[in-house]
Amino acid sequence: MSQIAQPVVEIRNLAKSYRRGDQVVSVLTNITFDIAAGDYVALMGPSGSGKSTLLNLIAGIDKPDSGVLRVGGIDITSLGEAELANWRSRNVGFIFQFYNLMPVLTAFENVELPLLLTDLPSRERADHVNAALSMVGLADRMEHFPSELSGGQQQRVAIARAIITDPTILVADEPTGDLDRVSAEDVLNMLGQLNRELGKTIIMVTHDPHSAANAHTVQHLDKGELRIEN
Amino acid sequence: MYYLKLILRNAMRHKLRTGLTVLGIVVAILAFGLLRTVVDAWYHGSDAASKTRLITRNSISLVFSMPLTYSSKIRQMEGVKAVSHANWFGGVYVTEKNFFPQFAVQASTYFDLYPEYLVPPGQMRDFQRDRKGALVGRKLVDAYGFKVGDQVSLRGTIFPGTWEFVVRGIYDGTEKNTDTAQFFFHWDYLNETMKRTAPRRANSVGVYVISLASADRAAEVAATVDHEFRNSLAETLTETEQAFQLGFVSMTEAIVVAIKIVSFLVIFIIMAVMANTMAMTVRERMAEYATLKALGFGPGHLTLLIFGESLAIAAFGSALGIALTFPVADKFGKAMGTLFPVFYVNSETLIMQMCAGLIVGAVAALLPCVRAANMRIVDGLRSVG
Repeated sequence: MSQIAQPVVEIRNLAKSYRRGDQVVSVLTNITFDIAAGDYVALMGPSGSGKSTLLNLIAGIDKPDSGVLRVGGIDITSLGEAELANWRSRNVGFIFQFYNLMPVLTAFENVELPLLLTDLPSRERADHVNAALSMVGLADRMEHFPSELSGGQQQRVAIARAIITDPTILVADEPTGDLDRVSAEDVLNMLGQLNRELGKTIIMVTHDPHSAANAHTVQHLDKGELRIEN
Repeated sequence: MYYLKLILRNAMRHKLRTGLTVLGIVVAILAFGLLRTVVDAWYHGSDAASKTRLITRNSISLVFSMPLTYSSKIRQMEGVKAVSHANWFGGVYVTEKNFFPQFAVQASTYFDLYPEYLVPPGQMRDFQRDRKGALVGRKLVDAYGFKVGDQVSLRGTIFPGTWEFVVRGIYDGTEKNTDTAQFFFHWDYLNETMKRTAPRRANSVGVYVISLASADRAAEVAATVDHEFRNSLAETLTETEQAFQLGFVSMTEAIVVAIKIVSFLVIFIIMAVMANTMAMTVRERMAEYATLKALGFGPGHLTLLIFGESLAIAAFGSALGIALTFPVADKFGKAMGTLFPVFYVNSETLIMQMCAGLIVGAVAALLPCVRAANMRIVDGLRSVG
């Protein structure tokens, strides 16, 4: 475990199991590590190693059985459903493998979605969305629906949606898993740029060693346990 | 505005599915409205009844008559403003299919008790002067083409023989629910003929119509009338005009109840269809709802989207169904001829149609909303491809 001066994510003895029929299957066991503010962490491991489960716990969309999980100094395991939803809307930016854009909304409207949970007036929301879409190079595709965009472009819209609320952490679950090589490279460059230039803390689950090579830290999970490599 | 846009776009995602669901709602709401209108038409007599009129009949049955002499006794009772009398004639015009009510009425008094029948003064004068004169309602004019001056023959069934009349006037109704499918002629004409052909049936009255000074005295006057003729050869039963009309409806109560049940069954069926549509829709979109929840949207937002979509589809279908009810009811009423003398879609039916549409939309969204609200985000996200 590496010693970090200012951790934005603190994980102590985290455990998670699922019930499958009568059996209890342990997915994560005694996970302990920190993620520094501005770090770029890749979570790697074989299928079923628990990396996506760990990412879900950090993102506050699943709850651990035991252990401590603090993000930005807040123990998110103690938050109720409504508080947790509110916390996610302010602190977590999501990037999914299959983009998870709303098919009936344009690129602009998809990016605007998280801002509906803020008090920003429509005019200011539009300014933020324009800036975010320009940042990912899609200023000319604002009125396009997801079905009118390529996979890479859709993932860029998803990245714009993830950063629109200026969250504490960005979580990405196999962000290049559904993309061709060129688009994948494009997305990885963009994540790197967000980390370097905007200081965004990124936690990314990936199978791909090439994608993981972009990260500062790689955490290996195997059978629910952590193995650390730098 | 944003949510409304999202709701409407979601509703139009599967155009065929939404279109077929809307079509189902249109048919259901239309059928519901039509069936309720049939029920209303059944009750029109009681709905149109006046509170200041009583009907006195033979207590044994309407088939039995009462002596004409009761008239003067009733007129002298306290609380009675006026009295008139009538007999059901039950004649056939050309063929049995041409059914419409015919009444022999005391021409000099009857229409004073029914101000809702509007007859031009000149025509009323002509009718009063002609013993063989008849007054016909506007609906009969529309159905059979009667004109003032026409000779009309009715074949008597209760009062045998062929009866000749001359149309002297056409009456309209002051209200929408006034029955204008009736045929009135002189009771004197009937009575004089009876005196000649069947003297034992002369001077007999089918019903007395009593006009009250005040509706508050209806029960008191009815009791007084019936008390007066107790232990006579023809004991009476006096009731409000509404109760008298409801007595006819009760004879066919089973049919009315069946129609009412079917009307609600139609709504129940479309509710099941709509619920299935919404369940399928929400199941397909679980990943999207999970994404929204991940982004911080709460169960309230999902409920708004799902309820909104369901209500939008139901409201659109209901609006179309309600709009179509008017022309369809009009055609249906015409096709039924004089069977339903009064047939129109009333405001109560419209409100019931609107409520039915909203209930269908709300109930259909209920379970999908609960399911989406309680869904675990990780389970919902897993349903992606």
